[in-house]
Amino acid sequence: MAENAAVAASNTQNARASDAAIVLDDVVVAFRLADDVVYTAVERATLHVADGEFVAIVGPTGCGKSTLLNVTAGLVTPAAGAVNIFGNSLSSLNRQAGYLFQADALFPWKTALENVAIGLETSGTPVTDARARAREWLARVGLEAFADRYPHMLSGGQRKRVGLAQVLIRDPKILLMDEPFGPLDAQTRQIMGNLLLDLWTADRKAVLFVTHDLEEAIALSDRVVIMSAGPAARIIGDWRVPLTRPRDISEVKLDPAFHELHHDIWQKLKAEVLKGYAWSERV
Amino acid sequence: MSRINLLLLQVLVAVVSIALWHVLTTYPIFGKLLLPPFFFSNPVDVAAQIVAWFSSGVIWKHLWVTLIESILAFVLGSIGGVLVGFWFARQPRVAAVFDPYVKMVNALPRVVLAPIFALWLGLGIWSKVALGFTLVFFIVFFNVYQGVKEVSPTVLANARMLGMSERQLMRHVYWPSALSWMFSSLHTAVGFAVVGAVVGEYLGAAAGLGYLIQQAEGVFDVAGVFAGMFVLAAFVIVIDTVVSLIEKRLLIWRPAVGDARP
Repeated sequence: MAENAAVAASNTQNARASDAAIVLDDVVVAFRLADDVVYTAVERATLHVADGEFVAIVGPTGCGKSTLLNVTAGLVTPAAGAVNIFGNSLSSLNRQAGYLFQADALFPWKTALENVAIGLETSGTPVTDARARAREWLARVGLEAFADRYPHMLSGGQRKRVGLAQVLIRDPKILLMDEPFGPLDAQTRQIMGNLLLDLWTADRKAVLFVTHDLEEAIALSDRVVIMSAGPAARIIGDWRVPLTRPRDISEVKLDPAFHELHHDIWQKLKAEVLKGYAWSERV
Repeated sequence: MSRINLLLLQVLVAVVSIALWHVLTTYPIFGKLLLPPFFFSNPVDVAAQIVAWFSSGVIWKHLWVTLIESILAFVLGSIGGVLVGFWFARQPRVAAVFDPYVKMVNALPRVVLAPIFALWLGLGIWSKVALGFTLVFFIVFFNVYQGVKEVSPTVLANARMLGMSERQLMRHVYWPSALSWMFSSLHTAVGFAVVGAVVGEYLGAAAGLGYLIQQAEGVFDVAGVFAGMFVLAAFVIVIDTVVSLIEKRLLIWRPAVGDARP
């Protein structure tokens, strides 16, 4: 009951769709696996993200979290439902969004500097200007000394930093992140989380952050959205995070409010994780 | 094993082999020469032949002809392979239509084309370039095709999200990916360019290393055949070293062997 109340509350709060950065309205995503087999990944998902709001999506593995991000990015077209970005219906690629992928997405044949600069060069910025600004961004993510390294010469954490700079240098209004720190070790994740919060605080973008790590989700975001186990995953819970900003990831985890919320959400999530696990076992 | 030791052992292999060759072709064992010099010559004669070629300077003309033929075959074959590879990879329908013919021509032993090329293009360098071209083209073509097809979907999606147009995708994503695949087959391609040139010369020419070997064989000059083989081997090693240097310079972004490929 408490969760349902939370869902209702947050939906009314975000009902003013005009100033919402992202509005997903009854979105259905289906993939054709074979001629007669259709796999419904996401079933009637409705989600509003206000401008400047940091929303985390948490759910069991394979529940279609990433699919929802791809829909918002315009990389996947939904089978039904509407996607609105700042009040405009999305018909092709989402030009307002920056996307940080889960897998390595850097261009392996470009140096760190070239990788960061390319996002500006594509939109017509002269190469020298783009490089100069890329150097600033590398400094901002703490990699100015690694400008001339190729991706394979960087550690996993460093590659994610370059990826973050590559996306943010274009100054997108919306930031989409797909388990960006998934492959990193626990310490590096914390450092990256704090770096992300620092950069985000500077100019609050709307963020949609997908993760399977509930602690990370609560520590970073304003709202935590829970998805059910796939197939035909739905959004089944929406919690506001009552923690103040600015936050430090490691300190915020000691806050009693953090534990209370974690407990609440986990009650709901646990059942879905088990369901998702059972389903993946069957397949 | 230290570098010096390794080098010493490598030299030792050559010394032992040549010594064995010399002994077996010169000194009778149980009253019999195990390797008759008529068929196996001997290291002294072969060395004398090589020295004679270089001191008189005749060899340079032949080396030059073979080098030019190999380079032309490699460059033209690569350009053709890159263009067609790109075209097929970006136009799956074209690729599907031509697929059986590509397989058919590729399965054909290229040597049988040599007489045709000699008829069409004469005994000069172009018939050899054509033969080398048919060898190099397919290697480069298949690699570029693969390279364009196998661009990581994540990198491609990232490029799109970073606002790349179709032309920019070509330049920043497909092209470097295809080139990296092409360069990974650089040694094979260059090797085949030389094979095309030498085999072409052997089957009918007026100059080149293959011609030199064929002439020596025609008069049962086994020392000449062996000398030609040694010069050819040295020639290939020099070319291969140059290719390695170029490769190192161009593929600096790639992890060394043993690391995971990005």
